[in-house]
Amino acid sequence: MRGVHKRFGPVVANDGVDLAVAPGEIHCLLGENGAGKSTLMKILYGLYQPDGGEIRVRGRQVRMRGPRDAMALGIGMVHQHFMLVDRMTVAENLIAGIEPVRHGLIDLARAREQVRAIADRYGLRVDPDARVHDLSVGEQQRVEILKALMRNADVLILDEPTAVLTPQEVDELFHVMQQLKADGKTLIFITHKLRETMAFSDRVTVLRAGRNAGTVQTAATNPQELAEMMVGRHVSLRVSRPPQTPGDVLLELEGVSVTDGRGHARLRGVSLTVRSGEILGIAGVEGNGQLELEEAVAGLRPLAGGKVRIGGQEPLRAGPQGRRDLGLAHIPSDRLRRGLAAPLRLTRNGILGRHWRAPFALRGVLREPPIRSHVSQLLERFQIRGRLEAPAGTLSGGNQQKLVVARELAHGPKVILACQPTRGVDVGAIEQIHAQLLKMRSAGAAILLISADLDELMALSDRLAVLYEGRILVEGPAERFTKPELGLWMAGQRPAAAGAEGARNV
Amino acid sequence: MSDGKAPAAWAWLRELLVSLGAVALALLVGAGLLALAGYNVADAYVSLYQGSFGNIYSLADTLLNAIPLLFTGLAVAFAFRGGLFNIGTEGQLYVAALATALVALALPGWPSVLVITAALLAGAAAGAAWGFVPGFLKARTGAHEVITTIMLNYVAILLTTHLVKTQFKAPGPVDQTALIPAAARLPELIATTRLTWAIVIAIALIALVDWVLRRSAWGMDVELLGQNPEAAAYAGVPVQARVAMIMAVSGAIAGLAGSTLVLGVLHRFITNFSPGYGFTGIAVALVARTRPWGIVPAAVLFGALQAGGLSMQLFARIPSDLMTVVQGLVILFVAAPGLVTLFRRRAGKTGMALEREGTR
Repeated sequence: MRGVHKRFGPVVANDGVDLAVAPGEIHCLLGENGAGKSTLMKILYGLYQPDGGEIRVRGRQVRMRGPRDAMALGIGMVHQHFMLVDRMTVAENLIAGIEPVRHGLIDLARAREQVRAIADRYGLRVDPDARVHDLSVGEQQRVEILKALMRNADVLILDEPTAVLTPQEVDELFHVMQQLKADGKTLIFITHKLRETMAFSDRVTVLRAGRNAGTVQTAATNPQELAEMMVGRHVSLRVSRPPQTPGDVLLELEGVSVTDGRGHARLRGVSLTVRSGEILGIAGVEGNGQLELEEAVAGLRPLAGGKVRIGGQEPLRAGPQGRRDLGLAHIPSDRLRRGLAAPLRLTRNGILGRHWRAPFALRGVLREPPIRSHVSQLLERFQIRGRLEAPAGTLSGGNQQKLVVARELAHGPKVILACQPTRGVDVGAIEQIHAQLLKMRSAGAAILLISADLDELMALSDRLAVLYEGRILVEGPAERFTKPELGLWMAGQRPAAAGAEGARNV
Repeated sequence: MSDGKAPAAWAWLRELLVSLGAVALALLVGAGLLALAGYNVADAYVSLYQGSFGNIYSLADTLLNAIPLLFTGLAVAFAFRGGLFNIGTEGQLYVAALATALVALALPGWPSVLVITAALLAGAAAGAAWGFVPGFLKARTGAHEVITTIMLNYVAILLTTHLVKTQFKAPGPVDQTALIPAAARLPELIATTRLTWAIVIAIALIALVDWVLRRSAWGMDVELLGQNPEAAAYAGVPVQARVAMIMAVSGAIAGLAGSTLVLGVLHRFITNFSPGYGFTGIAVALVARTRPWGIVPAAVLFGALQAGGLSMQLFARIPSDLMTVVQGLVILFVAAPGLVTLFRRRAGKTGMALEREGTR
């Protein structure tokens, strides 16, 4: 691809990007969110038409009007969000659009055979007759890869494939990628994670703000260099978590149970304590009660049983305000769903949740001067680029998240409920958010960190707990866990050599 | 911070231009239809203009028609801002009108200011009650307010008719109450135009709603509910209480349309008196893009079509059917930008679905 341009309205997504991928290599496309990685790949897959530049496949210039053209050229793509029909079987999903036909009917027996043959060849074990909604996320991803292979893809684009996987599943994916490479396939791997780039790829192309920031041999580089190529300035990758003796218990959950709308138990008697100056990390595969735990602590969901105490007290008022009264700050796991009202101005989003309180409101009347000075301070302290009167939705994802974090940490909270605090934000913002959380820890806040990012959990947490099917499966000092062990706990299994001795089993 | 406000002002101006363009387009298509039907287009539009803005009396007529729409449009727009669809303004207007008439009749000999205030408050309270019910049902049971408000329209119209027929009917062939005392009537702003203080009340109410939405914590609760109910809950907004209250306030505003008609124009309650002021209020709110101050030009536009349409019928001899068609076109074209935005969102989703299809 040479000099590829693509713009969406005023936003330039790709600004003259060059990318050369050699046959049979694993090529990593690395960049922050919004750097233009996905756009570039969607152009290569024919989903978007470039505004300028040229694409050559095997030396021949091509124009693709749609994914069909890309497939004909042997280019396949595995999307971040799977495009499978949940209620259909694996085989049915795989043959959709290329069904083998006999007497005008779909030849399911032959389809099954085709699926098995190709799955065996690459060691991608899946049951052709299983329904997709019964498969794990990792298995669904395998189905997606098979789908591309069945359409004779030689070049396979994987869009952030590890974002949804457990560490074990990431390892399996890695093996599959090696096998595909051995078979002569070319893989383009999109990610913003440095560790994976170093582990998986032969070469790396870094995109920054829609431009190519350089292509390097993976063996000849290191994470620090890649991070700086991504951000364009010096970044510190290591968070230093100075040892610190925790103080009093500030957050206490006692036998907290939560049921969903249909009466199914989502949290089953969760008991936790977090002390002043301590970060307790909650690990777990998504859907094992993280959201319910967040909502129970935040006061957004009634408890079916148990108690939540903040600073030793039970909240007097129900709901989020009662928790806020006692000094809880809540960084919600989904900023756009809950943390912000995107169409409202920054001066409103910056005081969300405190808009009835002094100094922002006096007898119910909003007071602009203190609001403006407060929100300006938030923007300044977190280097958020945005105008006070602009709708929050116009900020980039990273700046939106920084606004939420800044707002929540601004009032000297005793307890911080930090949920996916760096999800979908770039390296620079991650660095800042982590630094701020650690600063709050030094200042004596108790932090409950719920995150799907194991690196983040292991770097920040003093203690770790694994949530599995609504229960705390294991809990202990963070140093006692290795990453593979944590992965096994997350899958509901006890590591063979129970490395986390002394860890409390609940 | 003028740099911050400039784009917003531009956006406002652009929306105004789009609306004006839509009016022009509607009149153009209407002209084509009139010509097709064999009428003199020039005559028709001259009489439309004469009847709506041509002189002080037709202007007063336009405003007179616009006043109830100021209230109902504002009521619908306010509920919209809170994310609620108040389709029940017609019913709220009826119960308020009857309450106002009954209070005005029940207080003979009271000083004018007191009886008018009492009658207006009674109307607002009745409208609020009629709005509160669907709001409460929505908050407590999740019953959709579109359904409940529509149903309550029938209840209100038939209930007021029944009450007047059986309890409060003045002697005579028409189902109506007795005339309210002179002291209870809203004074005229300009003599012989029937243009009363109602218009001042309406404008003051618009200013108040605009201020509340922009400058009060309660108004921010409303905006949050309208823009992102999950964020509202996260911020600790008592969602159920606010939903019920927003509907009650919207009902009160819509009710004042009926109250001011009784005190300012009809001087009594007459069954089935409204030519759909409540429903036209929905169109007004759409054209105004739910902005409080946008209600003024939008309501005047619809008031002008009403007044001008009548003179078209009288002087250009265009049958009322075609007049209604032209009015419908204006509504269609002017409200279309709102619809276009809705469709664009839908198209966006369709686009994503198409993209998915392409990857199979």
